[in-house]
Amino acid sequence: MARPKLPFEFLVALRFLREGRMQTALILLGVTGGVAVIVFLSQLISQLQATIIDRVLGSQAHVVMRPLEEVNLRASTDPASSVLIEPRAQRLRSIDQWEAMVKLAEAQPRVVAVSPVVSGPAFALRGRASKSVALVGVEPDRYRRIVKMDTYMTRGQFQVDGTNAIIGIELAKDLGVTVGDKMFLRAAGGRDELLQITGLFDIGNKDLNRRWVFTTMKLAQSLLDLPGGVSNIDITVADIFDAQEVSERLQAGSGLTVDSWMTTNSQLLAALRNQTVSNNLIRGFVVVIVALGISSVLVVSVVQKQKEIGILRAMGTSSNRVMGIFLLQGGLVGFVGALSGVGLAWGLLQFFSSVYRTGDGAPLFQPQLDTGIALSAALIALVVGVLAALIPARRAAKMDPVQAIRA
Amino acid sequence: MNAIVSLRGLRKSYGVGTPVETEVLHGLDFELGEGEFCALIGPSGSGKSTLLNLIGLLERPTAGELAIAGTETRGLSEQALTVLRGRNIGFVFQFHHLLPAFSALENVMMPSIIECGIATAQAEAVAVDLLNRVGLKGHEHKKANQMSGGQQQRVAIARALSLSPRLILADEPTGNLDTHTADDIFALLREFNRERGSACLIVTHDPRLAARCDRRIELVDGCIARGN
Repeated sequence: MARPKLPFEFLVALRFLREGRMQTALILLGVTGGVAVIVFLSQLISQLQATIIDRVLGSQAHVVMRPLEEVNLRASTDPASSVLIEPRAQRLRSIDQWEAMVKLAEAQPRVVAVSPVVSGPAFALRGRASKSVALVGVEPDRYRRIVKMDTYMTRGQFQVDGTNAIIGIELAKDLGVTVGDKMFLRAAGGRDELLQITGLFDIGNKDLNRRWVFTTMKLAQSLLDLPGGVSNIDITVADIFDAQEVSERLQAGSGLTVDSWMTTNSQLLAALRNQTVSNNLIRGFVVVIVALGISSVLVVSVVQKQKEIGILRAMGTSSNRVMGIFLLQGGLVGFVGALSGVGLAWGLLQFFSSVYRTGDGAPLFQPQLDTGIALSAALIALVVGVLAALIPARRAAKMDPVQAIRA
Repeated sequence: MNAIVSLRGLRKSYGVGTPVETEVLHGLDFELGEGEFCALIGPSGSGKSTLLNLIGLLERPTAGELAIAGTETRGLSEQALTVLRGRNIGFVFQFHHLLPAFSALENVMMPSIIECGIATAQAEAVAVDLLNRVGLKGHEHKKANQMSGGQQQRVAIARALSLSPRLILADEPTGNLDTHTADDIFALLREFNRERGSACLIVTHDPRLAARCDRRIELVDGCIARGN
């Protein structure tokens, strides 16, 4: 003989579910679909957002410290104010006490990299070609932790010394140069230098590939007439969404102008937030629909099973245990539906990542399932299953056994 | 003889506090002793099933006292009544009321599963033995819809006996069966009553079967007309 091994509530819940096969299949289908939509959408949107952020932040610092803008202060004729603040042309200036500012930035929590940068306008000249560029003087070992230049190098290493320079592939094309060639660089102030091209990069942005020219800090300081100075300090933070907080703290501590990527890309951030809100709305609606589905099927089940409920009550089953049987049914349906939903989401990710591709043929998103998203969706399904079963379960528990048996 | 069921001035009304309040049992007094085999007879609407439900602790009386196995039930919580019912009372219904999702064996084990929380080997052994005793050896894994009415009623009797209750309440247990099967079922109840000493209160319309009981209580219009 094979006696049932499960505890009473589990045993009865499972048998009730098995007995109403069609209802159970329908309800499972609903939960599976709901969980799959939630997991698939969350995964898709989080990956797409990560890709967009990665592309945007791939070529810029999370936080940038700059000197305060210069203004003209003039005595006012207006009795209401003593001083008039007027804008004035901004010249290239160094950050005062920049070494101390670098130390201040490095001492901040959640800051993982700090790189002083000397940056200013210049012209790249070769033969009759003349291109407007941005001269960027860096310490490569520091700067590669701000922008992952090593991954962008198409030729040579991201290493500069002496009069060596690294330029983008578009500028190289415009000037007709390659690694080993020389080009002339004239800063806006008139200072110039003959540079040896030792590396080419492709940052994935044509404009930057055409504009950036990397040299040593010392050379850039000399060409831009900023002896011993730096024009900005670039900072990387551990979590990109901490950038604003870090920048506000640094601004308060340094008195400099400090911008985070979140303020310089505020429209992108708003778009991402809107996307997240719509994703959450869709998820919310799906959860409600799934909950209603579970609840309505279980309400029908309670009506269908009232005779059995009455018999169980007559045999000594308490109303709480009857309630437990129906809560368990909700939980079981939620749990099994969550498992199959996560499986379906994984399948959908595999399928759609092979269908949708970017211009260069790479998948638009990776067919990977984030464990956190899958687990949280499964947990939500389980909780929603139990909560959705509350009303039918209470109804079953309140059932008068005499009426139930007579039904 | 110890009283398993003791009623003092038991009343039951429906629609209490409404204009249609109806009293269906009018102050009943009687005792049912250990091992008694008693028929509850009376015309339809006389209150037999209501009385059985009250004694079975499925409903609460409106007034009066009701003690089961020496425990006064007035003032007991729903939970306490459930425990008292589960441990002391076995039900046999007219329409068997087996759980259709479970096999005959599981149905018989069910009171024990409810009591212990899980099916024990001992409960299984008892259930198998009971099914043998009611002549259903080899039918253990059949579902209710795979058995005849008589077989289902035998399973229901085995189920009612599985925890060796001190009281068996049977509501027209043979009402839906042919004469021959009804005799068999009645004989089974009688046999277990004698063997185990469980008190039996059997609602029946069959005067032939009632005559074979040790005692008969006749209920007419909610009052005990004879047999107290």
